[in-house]
Amino acid sequence: MLKYFFIRLLSAIPVLFLVILITFILVRLAPGGPFDQERAAPPAVLANLNKQYHLDDPVVVQFKDYLVNLLRGDFGPSFKYPTRTVTEIILTGLPPTLELGLYALLFAMFVGISTGVMAGLKPNSAQDYIPMTIAMIGICLPSFVLGPLLILGFGIGLEWFPVSGWGDSPGDKVLPAITLGAAYAAYIARLTRGGMLDVMSQDYIRTARAKGLSPARIVGLHALRGALAPVVAFAGPAAAGLLSGSFVVETIYQIPGLGRFYLQAAFNRDYTMILGTTIFFATLIILFNFISDVIQAWINPKLRQSLSK
Amino acid sequence: MVQQRVQNRLARITTTPYKPTLWLALIILVCISQLACSRQTPTNVEFGNRNQVLFIANGDEPQSLDPHKSVGSPDYNILSALFEGLTSRDPKTLSIIPAAASQWQISTDRLTYTFSLRKNARWSNGDPVTASDFVNAWHRALTPTTANANAYQLFTLKNAEAFYTGAITNFDEVGVTAIDPLTLKVTLETPREYFLETLDYHNFYPLHRSAINSTPLDNWTRPDELVSNGPFTLSEWQLNRVIEVVKNKYYWDVENVKLNAIQFLPISDQQAEERAFRSGQVHLTNTPTMAIEKMETYRQNDPHLLKSSPLYSSYYYVINSQREPFNKVKVRRALAFAIDRQLLVSKITKGGEQVAKHFVPPLEYQEFADSLKTHTDPLYQPELAQQLLSEAGYPNGVGFPVKTLLFNSQDNHRKIATAIQQMWAKTLNIKVNLAHQEWKVFSAAQNSMDYDISRAGWIADYLDPGNFYETLLSDSGNNDTGWANTHYDNTVKMAQVTSNSREREQLFATAKQILDTEMPVIPLFYPADNNLVRPEVINWYGNKLHRHPYKSVYLNTP
Repeated sequence: MLKYFFIRLLSAIPVLFLVILITFILVRLAPGGPFDQERAAPPAVLANLNKQYHLDDPVVVQFKDYLVNLLRGDFGPSFKYPTRTVTEIILTGLPPTLELGLYALLFAMFVGISTGVMAGLKPNSAQDYIPMTIAMIGICLPSFVLGPLLILGFGIGLEWFPVSGWGDSPGDKVLPAITLGAAYAAYIARLTRGGMLDVMSQDYIRTARAKGLSPARIVGLHALRGALAPVVAFAGPAAAGLLSGSFVVETIYQIPGLGRFYLQAAFNRDYTMILGTTIFFATLIILFNFISDVIQAWINPKLRQSLSK
Repeated sequence: MVQQRVQNRLARITTTPYKPTLWLALIILVCISQLACSRQTPTNVEFGNRNQVLFIANGDEPQSLDPHKSVGSPDYNILSALFEGLTSRDPKTLSIIPAAASQWQISTDRLTYTFSLRKNARWSNGDPVTASDFVNAWHRALTPTTANANAYQLFTLKNAEAFYTGAITNFDEVGVTAIDPLTLKVTLETPREYFLETLDYHNFYPLHRSAINSTPLDNWTRPDELVSNGPFTLSEWQLNRVIEVVKNKYYWDVENVKLNAIQFLPISDQQAEERAFRSGQVHLTNTPTMAIEKMETYRQNDPHLLKSSPLYSSYYYVINSQREPFNKVKVRRALAFAIDRQLLVSKITKGGEQVAKHFVPPLEYQEFADSLKTHTDPLYQPELAQQLLSEAGYPNGVGFPVKTLLFNSQDNHRKIATAIQQMWAKTLNIKVNLAHQEWKVFSAAQNSMDYDISRAGWIADYLDPGNFYETLLSDSGNNDTGWANTHYDNTVKMAQVTSNSREREQLFATAKQILDTEMPVIPLFYPADNNLVRPEVINWYGNKLHRHPYKSVYLNTP
């Protein structure tokens, strides 16, 4: 099994290389360059800027230089923020994004699993329909709609939470976490409900009931473990998605996270910044999927056995 | 019956043995409301009013606080609080006032300016501000390896362009010299009437030697490292969160600086900016464009919070004169005369814009006020437009090729383009397709003249009509129309170097007439500067250049 995971890790290298190559080609194919602006700089100035950032070298040479620097751990300077390196910007933007992603994941897990269990215990009843309808709406409602709605209700109307900012007052992380986590909560609720329906009809649950265990013990100790397997499989990609997909929420709530920089980098044709963040996110996604695989193998004996063969 | 059933069900749910989940949810709700109620901390505005700290929503995160690397308006706004050039501007009238220089002499040929610097001018670390700080800064601005995208602003100096392009390598030949520590002599390439106006640009600021000796990623622009000579100095910079400047205790006029600090919050989203204002997180918003629908609400409910003032700027469409059929003057004129600008500003843009009578906006405020009152569009002449199109060979639009109107992806631009598309269809019976492109693609398309008709805008750097006229010179990098006219070139170039103001006026009148006849661009309207400002903010004025010196701003709290 160790060999399997080792090979999985090694296979990440060509994947990453492909990501770098494709991104490198795509950003240069995109029309418009980092120094294009409405007030066109004189040709002498433009030529000089290109020279300073080595954009006048042949593309192959640029790619080679980039790779060499990358191996040294150097993402290069940002074109848009010329006095900062890409590494520095990533390190500044990462903590808020991680924190936001973590809260959103916790929110999604807690709400998703509890409503999923509730619904799964009484299928086809009001206890099932009401939360599942809400979950369906949650999946359909994009964060750029939910965010402003929450702000309107809880920020401006009730004045419970600040409308934007990060780390300035105790309540300012609540609305962003809910906005980002809502869709995932809804999805987890549906997964949990499905898992519960499946597990609750199994023989060992009937046995537990017959032995007179309290319903809370049946659910908590016996049913949940089996019901959560699909949720665990989903958690890896979800965590990666929460980190790399937070730019909308970060823009709505003015959170100084990495997502905003990523989005702005694309609009600014900030070549090094686009590449740097893409590589960073790609690594994260590969890593989370890997961890998710490991956990699945750990809780699913069948999978473990098939890998050991 | 149904109700009874639902109630029974609900009763079952609430009496199910799985109460822990529900209880837990209740507890969490209570926790959340507790957390929410703990937000008894004062808002930014309340805190700021007590401590003379101004909070500003400043648009995008600034690119850099290095005056030679910054590009956008959010950067300039902060730089203007940190640095001080030889001259500055009156915040209300925008007239030139002495700043780092206490006085200056201009030679009779208007080529040489001799500035006397203030004896008591100090950097934020206590060092005196000297003439060589200006020379070294301008040297750095013009050095190719600095990669300064706005280096051309200094090309008015003698030999500056030659030095930048490498034609000469000795900076001593460039027209700036430190005669002694407190005297700076500046020589121009040709006389420029507006030269003093340009001296409060960030590219003309002095720099402390710690900046001069830095390397590109030397971080001299970070808090604790940045040494500035303006009324404020940098104390905090958290990326995408806040930039704070505090009063510079060494500033020569520190007793007249009333604010203790300014916090610039990078809020790029228009809606988020308005919400931040409404919830007391900022005293004022600094981006010139506001969401149209919000503006309407403020105008009706809180007119005292919305400051709308004319900008010295123009919103227009450029026509690619090198493409058929736009190479025909009559076609260009027909397009211009078929647009009802009055309808455009009153029903579409609704942001206090004024109908454009010409490409260049009027300079005098009175004229602005008058045009506000009358609100007529002398350029809108539908019959003449039809006649011109017919004379150009397309009677009632027959045979006119389908062309594309290009604009950058933004809601306001799309609304305007759609309206004009309909006006052209209605009046001239011609079909125009709409195309929008994301900003960088749009800029590249425009600069390489890959368009038929395109949206354009120009905000003046200084209060001089030449600023607008120069953009249409045949050798100007900003002329994306392909239109070239020798008579026009000669007239505008002569106006650039003429010092007689009457003569200049006449030359500009001639240039104006050529543009009116040739119509290489279609004037649409003059935009307004719309800002939300709390009533306690004193000495902050909306003005034509969107420049806001913070030196005399303060918060009036009871």
